[in-house]
Amino acid sequence: MSYPISININGNTYDKSVDPRTLLVHFIREECGLTGTHIGCDTSNCGACTVILDGNAVKSCTVLAVQANNHKITTVEGLANDDGSFTPVQEGFRQEHGLQCGYCTPGMLMAATALLDEIPNPSEQEIRENLEGNLCRCTGYEMIVRSVQWAAQNPDGIPVQIGENS
Amino acid sequence: MSIVGAKVIRKEDPNLLTGRGQFVDDIQLTGTTHMAFVRSTEAHALIKGIDVSAALECDGVIGAWTAADLELPPLPGVPGLERPALAIDKVRFVGEAVAVVVAENKYAAADGTELVIVDYEPLGAVTSIEEATAENAPLLYEELGSNTVAEVPTEDDHQAIFDAATHTETIKLVNNRCTAAPIETNACLADYGPAGLTVWASFQAPHHLRNRISAWLAIPQDQCRVITPDVGGGFGQKINFTPEFFVAPVLSKILNRPVKYSQTRSEAMTSMYHGRAQEQEVSVAFDNDGKIQALKVFASQDMGGYADGTGMGMPVLTTAMSAGCYVIPNVSIAWRNVLTNTTPIAAYRGAGRPEATYLIERAIDHIAYKLDMDPTEVRRRNYIPKDSFPYPTHSELAVYDSGNFEGALDELLNIMDYQSLREEQAANRENPEKPLLGIGFSSWLEIAGFGPPGSLEGFGHLGSWESVQIRIQPDGSAIIYTGASPHGQGTVTTFAQIASEYLGIDYEKISVRHGDTATIPQGIGTMGSRQVAVGGEGVKNASLKIVENAKSIAAHKLEANPEDIEVADGSLFVKGTPSKNLTWAEVATFSFQRLELPEDMDPGSLDTTILQEVPNFSFPSGAYACVIEVDRQTGDARIRDMYLVDDCGTVINPLLAEGQVHGGVAQGIAQALYEEFTYDENGQPTTATFIDYLMPGAPDLPSYISGRINTPNPNNSLGAKGIGESGSVGTPPAVMNAVVDAVRHLGVTHIDMPATPQKLWEILQGGSK
Repeated sequence: MSYPISININGNTYDKSVDPRTLLVHFIREECGLTGTHIGCDTSNCGACTVILDGNAVKSCTVLAVQANNHKITTVEGLANDDGSFTPVQEGFRQEHGLQCGYCTPGMLMAATALLDEIPNPSEQEIRENLEGNLCRCTGYEMIVRSVQWAAQNPDGIPVQIGENS
Repeated sequence: MSIVGAKVIRKEDPNLLTGRGQFVDDIQLTGTTHMAFVRSTEAHALIKGIDVSAALECDGVIGAWTAADLELPPLPGVPGLERPALAIDKVRFVGEAVAVVVAENKYAAADGTELVIVDYEPLGAVTSIEEATAENAPLLYEELGSNTVAEVPTEDDHQAIFDAATHTETIKLVNNRCTAAPIETNACLADYGPAGLTVWASFQAPHHLRNRISAWLAIPQDQCRVITPDVGGGFGQKINFTPEFFVAPVLSKILNRPVKYSQTRSEAMTSMYHGRAQEQEVSVAFDNDGKIQALKVFASQDMGGYADGTGMGMPVLTTAMSAGCYVIPNVSIAWRNVLTNTTPIAAYRGAGRPEATYLIERAIDHIAYKLDMDPTEVRRRNYIPKDSFPYPTHSELAVYDSGNFEGALDELLNIMDYQSLREEQAANRENPEKPLLGIGFSSWLEIAGFGPPGSLEGFGHLGSWESVQIRIQPDGSAIIYTGASPHGQGTVTTFAQIASEYLGIDYEKISVRHGDTATIPQGIGTMGSRQVAVGGEGVKNASLKIVENAKSIAAHKLEANPEDIEVADGSLFVKGTPSKNLTWAEVATFSFQRLELPEDMDPGSLDTTILQEVPNFSFPSGAYACVIEVDRQTGDARIRDMYLVDDCGTVINPLLAEGQVHGGVAQGIAQALYEEFTYDENGQPTTATFIDYLMPGAPDLPSYISGRINTPNPNNSLGAKGIGESGSVGTPPAVMNAVVDAVRHLGVTHIDMPATPQKLWEILQGGSK
């Protein structure tokens, strides 16, 4: 049994037929080939799969692809500006060493982006509490907090071309 | 300004920040199939039968196999104690792979595993060292006659010194079982075609894996390629030979299609090797001044269901480092390794040294309790003086290279206001509205920079060096190929910094390649805080060798003596005559052109490979302090401040060094306050998901206040010691000393990790001490 669905991801429409039990994260990764969104657990704890659905950060392992039918999603691949420059959140993580292995990073970026949309100048406590659903095993979180603070303090970011090496 | 020591942001980041990273599960090959394991639901049982027939009928399932179907050799391991790739006749822990299913997609593979029926005949399970060593305990290997697989008694227990001592203390410690839990679980993709085998693996040591897979499958190493692409964290947990890395290639060969495996978290929690799980009996003899006269340590290492070579080595490292940063004239060590029906044990960040630091730093505080002396004072009275290096210890393994332990403590007390904290602590105790305050210290020392020749061979590696190849490209840019296999450490950045410093080539024109046995000459891998201290030294030496050849070429073209050529700002010029110069690009191009070279030089001389060796381990050290608040109503312990003074010798990049410390400290706090992998009496894991294994999130951890001292490593020219594991080594005793300090006025001298609210609440209710 398969269901036809249509999901807009990063401005592109994906019309596909899926098994109804397909998780959104598997749809994004396996059907659409957008592998920037990661999977780190099977209990909705780690947040590596966080995407933005209709403006809200959601864990895409906890949403069925069919539930996202006709909705609009942004993944990490859709974060950078059209000219390839980084958003303030991406640039903040780079400037403040907010990532090490980079596996939790896409989820962190999406959660942080949604946070700053809602609270443009969060306190340290607000940042920590709003990122509670995203686990990182490498950084100990302080540099992630600093990264989000950097983004809040630099809403225009620094335009940097993707692929540049510094 | 020197680029070594500069805060440089990472080359690794742009890909990872845009979803362009490439982790194993991201790789999509045409025709890929998906593998899933049927895992044991029993801790200790005989397998009476396995029926895969229903799975074979399942939509999308391609095949299902048991050990009997595949007739696989045992996995590489401790001779005589190797584990099977798939369980044969018996299972020894919950989560052990029993059968394997391959299907067209992940969902069908999971469906297939649900349909495999395994008939178990349960045997009694032993889930602790105490149970496993009891008389008439069920045996994991009947033929061994015991669950104790190694036992090394003490050579001299120094009993006369203990008998004569003014004071003695004996403490029993449990270093709680933890799992490293990198956010990316184990994953692999095997593609066995006519031209050979390629395995993409989430692993810390690609050549190590390549060598073992090729030997295991009896295919030549030239036709066996292992690629470790982006790896989502390792912490020592990704250097173990778990079944997937061996079974996937076998099935790829059978099916003539790529086979991918991406582990679920629940599987990872029971099948990726755990860490710590060591119990210790520690005795100290000391005088009225707090001077330690003797130390006696007996370490019992829980091995889990199978004896891993690295796991066997954990108590060796613990007992080698048990004396910490102190002058202890008499040290007695003994240890044993014991099998239990639990997930096998191997390295987890720190690997044996957190256990050592914990025991000696807890013992020091017990001396302070007994003598009613300040814990910093007890430490000061016992430190190895800074002019006593190299310092031989009770262990041949540990000849400390350099250190300044009192200097680190001085710096620690410099960045914190200790006196005020003690006053606040006293005031809080009198005020029921305030939380109880605890202050704990740790003067820690670890063994890192693995290692001198022979050291890693003991853990089954090919060598203890690290490979570095530098190839100057015709345009004057440089590519570094290294056997170091980073997974978050930032080695691409630090190695480019070191190369830029010594090649005189712009940092922007240096790339670092790693994680591919087909393109990297040879390699060992990333573990034991060795990348900078070993590989980084190789980058420096390879750079110097290349510069020497580049100077010869420039001298030839500029008609000068090679010793008069200098390198700066991307060009080579004659000393004192900067106008007589060649750019790096010009020299690089000439290096490939016979007619432009001196007669005694062949084309291609700006290409050098080094297998960098080091004469000794390195010994990073430092002093940490933890300030903790314990809620009187709930027993919840919250860290208010962590003060961290690290001494890792030369720092290549302070931003990245800080990141390494933070991550290690976070894992140390996690071990002390939150995490413990537990089993019920039947050997069923009770913390096998992120719901009940309490990995801390952002609100659970503090910000950190850092200081630093620098005692260079005398055994490499960079002076670097390594910093990857320091935080996880130094932190647990600082936190636990603080926790006990918070309730010390209630007569408490000991609490086992993790210091949960329940344990503290019971103490606050007067229930236990």
